[in-house]
Formats: sequence, structure tokens, C-alpha cells
Amino acid sequence: MTQPAPSPTPAPAPVEAIIRVRDITVQFGATRVLDGLNLDVKRGEILGFVGPSGAGKSVLTRTIIGLVPKVSGHIEVFGVDLDAASASARRAVERRWGILFQQGALFSSLTVRQNIQFPVREYLKVSQRLLDEIMVAKLGMVGLRPEVADRFPSELSGGMIKRVALARALALDPELVFLDEPTSGLDPIGAGDFDELVRTLQRTLGLTVFMVTHDLDSLYTACDRIAVLGNGKIIAAGSMADMQASQHPWLRQYFHGKRARAVMG
Amino acid sequence: MNADPTLERITRGNALALCAAGSWTAGFAPRLERLVTDAEKLAGSGPNISIDVSQVSRLDTFGAWLIERLRRSLAQAGMETKIAGLSVNYASLVEEVRRVKAAPDAETTAVTISGMLAQIGKTVAGVSGTMIGLIDMLGAVLVATGRVLIHPRSFRLTSTVHHLEQVCWRAVPIIVLITFLIGCIISQQGIFHFRRFGADIFVVDMLGVLVLREIGVLLVAIMVAGRSGSAYAAELGSMKMREEIDALRTMGFDPIEVLILPRMLALVIALPILAFLGAMAALYGGGLVAWLYGGVDPEAFLLRLRDAISIDHFIVGIVKAPVMAAVIGIVACVEGLAVQGSAESLGQHTTASVVKGIFFVIVMDGVFAIFFASIGM
Repeated sequence: MTQPAPSPTPAPAPVEAIIRVRDITVQFGATRVLDGLNLDVKRGEILGFVGPSGAGKSVLTRTIIGLVPKVSGHIEVFGVDLDAASASARRAVERRWGILFQQGALFSSLTVRQNIQFPVREYLKVSQRLLDEIMVAKLGMVGLRPEVADRFPSELSGGMIKRVALARALALDPELVFLDEPTSGLDPIGAGDFDELVRTLQRTLGLTVFMVTHDLDSLYTACDRIAVLGNGKIIAAGSMADMQASQHPWLRQYFHGKRARAVMG
Repeated sequence: MNADPTLERITRGNALALCAAGSWTAGFAPRLERLVTDAEKLAGSGPNISIDVSQVSRLDTFGAWLIERLRRSLAQAGMETKIAGLSVNYASLVEEVRRVKAAPDAETTAVTISGMLAQIGKTVAGVSGTMIGLIDMLGAVLVATGRVLIHPRSFRLTSTVHHLEQVCWRAVPIIVLITFLIGCIISQQGIFHFRRFGADIFVVDMLGVLVLREIGVLLVAIMVAGRSGSAYAAELGSMKMREEIDALRTMGFDPIEVLILPRMLALVIALPILAFLGAMAALYGGGLVAWLYGGVDPEAFLLRLRDAISIDHFIVGIVKAPVMAAVIGIVACVEGLAVQGSAESLGQHTTASVVKGIFFVIVMDGVFAIFFASIGM
């Protein structure tokens, strides 16, 4: 195991863009999913990413983290151009982000303990004692008790899976976290707790959060800024107030619909 | 920003202080752990100690926890310990790790001789469970068949045809190729050894009887167990994992009727067809080698074959095929439905479906051999 070289961080300017996406085009066969999309995510913010189902929100997330190939465009994360970067530079970037997949994507044959310790064990040569202590600390951060450590993912509830997956995403203390629909499938109270949790973690750890969500509550309570995807482009980006003031028909429907009024009410 | 972390010891008169500096982050965790382990040896060396963290440039969960661990072990040794110079930014992080309780030990199982013996015992005891599971599934399939016979409308023709394509039509090339090669090899070996006695021509007898009675159907059954049995187990297993089978059941469908009956039926139809094609390919391959290698021309080969074998040999072979198909199908379905939540379990049960499938095929073949011998066929 190599000791990961602490990557050179540029001096943090107050509005430094941690992710810069420029003119991204992604195509599956003849369908163009993303079409010349531009997006900046600033250091320390929680960006909520919304859009109609099937608009390509998850595709953009997966393109940024390199799981979906793009036709054209540039992506910079932490100031590193991911296409031009060497394998080791890419690994250094990957060490600095954490990803929460929609279904959790926990390793089903490992226990909760092993799931959370896996990235730490692979990247850092530390003692089993520290691994266990860090695992308990991470479980505590996501609001789980240490007793769940030896359960398998198939023995957890949906909400617990999301929490353990978040703990695993946070295992290496990343600076940037991608959350793909973190509150889908949770009850409203659980979802509210989760939003609160993301907010707390962002404050404590100074995280930058990129959150794909459909949950209006999350947008109101957790997000600093909202970006809206439509027709393969960002059709609007800004604060909640900007969104509500927008005249775009989909935005009007989304932020002034029955459900939105209920949330705001 | 990313300065190497340090932990310096400063003694001012009676007061002992530890001064942390640099980057206390995950990337430096191995070094941080060493620093903290060294500093823990100070426990009991004075009445009080302060840990000054004002020079720490970056702090994350790893750093914060290690400082907290140091504080705890010093405090436990009776030293009055305080943390000084904590910046406001990191206060909530330190607060967070302060709540961490001791980690529970991992449940480890020691490997002992008695444990290994117990494992063997459990496995042996599990054999009866396996048999009951197979008989249970056989019963369930027969009941479902009975239901379908009474209400033919509930029969899933499309699904059956789909599986028939998968296990029969698509298997033809590989089955024909392999049995052809096996026929070639049997014939070549036969000629090679029989030639010494001048008994070349008897290779036709051997080939005919062996292929039609045993090798044809046995080899094809083993290949089908590996090819389709594993596919059935993996399909049903992943459906079980994703709760698709529960979904079917709650919609009022019987998974046996919807999923298993079409698969079983496809296999029972497919195996005799494949066994027949396999036997023909093996005879063809054997004949080809006998001609090219042994100088037995095709006319002589066919003449000899007609004398050597009777329809009985063919019937003995082909009658076994549907029974073996049923055994393979039942084993695969039982294993598929036994899959638990993890990927590992899916792998185990898929493997088990093939291993047990082949085992039972060979056992069945032995039972048939005894049966046919006793009725004189």
C-alpha cells in the first residue's frame, strides 16, 4: 500500500470551484442525455441538483466521477483535469471524494464494520485498533450505534443502509461528497434527520456536498444552492429564492406545485 | 497547508505540555498513530498535562480522534489533561469524537479441532435437510403440474418456449461439438488398443454401445447441469435477493408455477433432444476417425453398427434423459431459492447447484444401470 501523497491544494479562495464542468456532452446511442452542460460547485457549499426523472441527474454524477464516458467537454475536480491526469493523480483525487450511491452499494458479503473499514484499510497502514475506533466514530457521526457493526447489509433496514453507506463514503474524511438521492425511500422523519445530518457533517468536517435529490424538504432545509437540469443543460442555478422567482414553466410547477406549497406552508 | 504533523514535548518547570502542529489528517494517519502511541507513554509522568493544538493547520476525524484518544489515556492514568488552543472551526468536530465509545470487538471465530469436527458434523447432518428440500421441491412441482393440467390456461407457454430456446436451441452447437470430439477420442483410443489383437472392427461395437447407453446422455446431462443448472440457480437467486419472488407471491402468483415449472419443463424437453443430437454427433465423430485413422470405411462401419446395437440400447439411453433433467432442474431451483442477501451466498449456491446436480446425475445413472441390468435390457 502506498502512502497517498498529500495532493497539492491551491490556497482556498473564498469561492473556489471544487468541481468545474465545462461543455459536457454525454450520449447513449442516438439519445443525447447531456448537451453542452456547464456547472460549478463551490468549496464548502451543499448543492442540490434537481430535474425531472430521466433528465440525466445521475448520469451527470456518474460522468463527473468517471463511471460514464463523455463525448466531449472538460471536468476538473480539485483543480485536476480528470482526463489529462495520470493514474496516480486520479487516485489522489478519488481518495478525496466519497460517494453515496442510490441503493447504498454496500458490499453484501462484508459486515458493516468491514464495509466502513475497507477504504481506510486499503489506503492507510494503520492499526486494527485505530480502524475500529474510526469505524465507531463514523457510525456515531451518521447516528448509528456501535452494536450494528457486525451485522451484514442484508440485515439492515433501508435507512440504516443509507447511513452505513454514508459512513463508508466519509471513511477517509473526504472533502467532497456525492449523494445520489440520499433521502429516497426514507420516511419523512428519517429523511429530515438525514438532511440535518448532512448539514451537521458539512459544518463539522467542512464538506462540499453534491446532492442529487427529489426531496423538496431537502432542498429547503439542507441546500445552499440549487441547480436545475433540463434538456441536457442547467436551466437555472441559484438560491431557493431565485428558484421561486423563476418564470421557467417546469420550475414554476416544481416550486409552486401542491407539494411545494405544503412544504413551504 | 499540508505540513507533516508533529507532536513536541515541552517542559516548563513542573508543567508538561504537548504541542501538536502540522496537518493532522487521514493522509498522515500511520505517522499520527505512532506519535500518539509514543506520547501515551508519558502517562503518569506528572500531575497535569496540556495538549496544545493551536499550531494544527488541518484537522479531520482521524486527527481529532487521535488527540481525543491521547487525552483519554493520559486522563485514565490520573493526569489532569486539558486541550488548549482549539480553533472554533474544529470545536464541533472534537465535540463529535468525544462522544465515541470504545469500539466493540469484532466477532472472530477461532479455528479449533473441535470446531472443525463440529463443522463436518453439521455438514453431514445437513445432507438429510438437502434431501428433504429436494423432495419438497419435487412435490411442489408435481402439485403445480397437476394444477396446470386441471387449468391449462394458467400454463406459461411463452416462458417455457423462451427457456427452451435458452437451454436447448442455444446449447446445440457446444453440445454437438463436445460430443463429436468425445466420439473421435473414444474411437481413436479403441482402434489404437484393439489393433494389437487385430480386433479393430470391434471398436464399432464399443462406440455404439457406450455412446448410446451411457456417454451420450451422461455427458450431455453433465454439460447441461453446468450450463443451465447454474443459470437457473443464479437467475432465481438474484431474483430472491431483489425480493422479486416475494413480489410475485404477494401479487397472488405461485413462484413455482410462474418461475420453476416453465424452467423444469424446458429442461425435461431439452435434455432428450440434446442427448439424441449428442449421441449422433459422437457416432459421427467416431465413424470419421474409424475411417480416417483405422481404415474402417463408412459402409463397413454402418454394417457393423447395425449388428452391434439394437433399439434397446437407444431406449436405455434416452429414457434416462428426462429423469436426469428433472434432477438437475430441481437441484438448481432449490439452490436458487436458498440464496440469502449477499453476493457470496449467490456464488455458493450457484456452485452447489452444479456440484450437486452432477453428483445426482451420476447417482441416477448408477441406479438406472442396476435397474436395466436386472430387467435384462
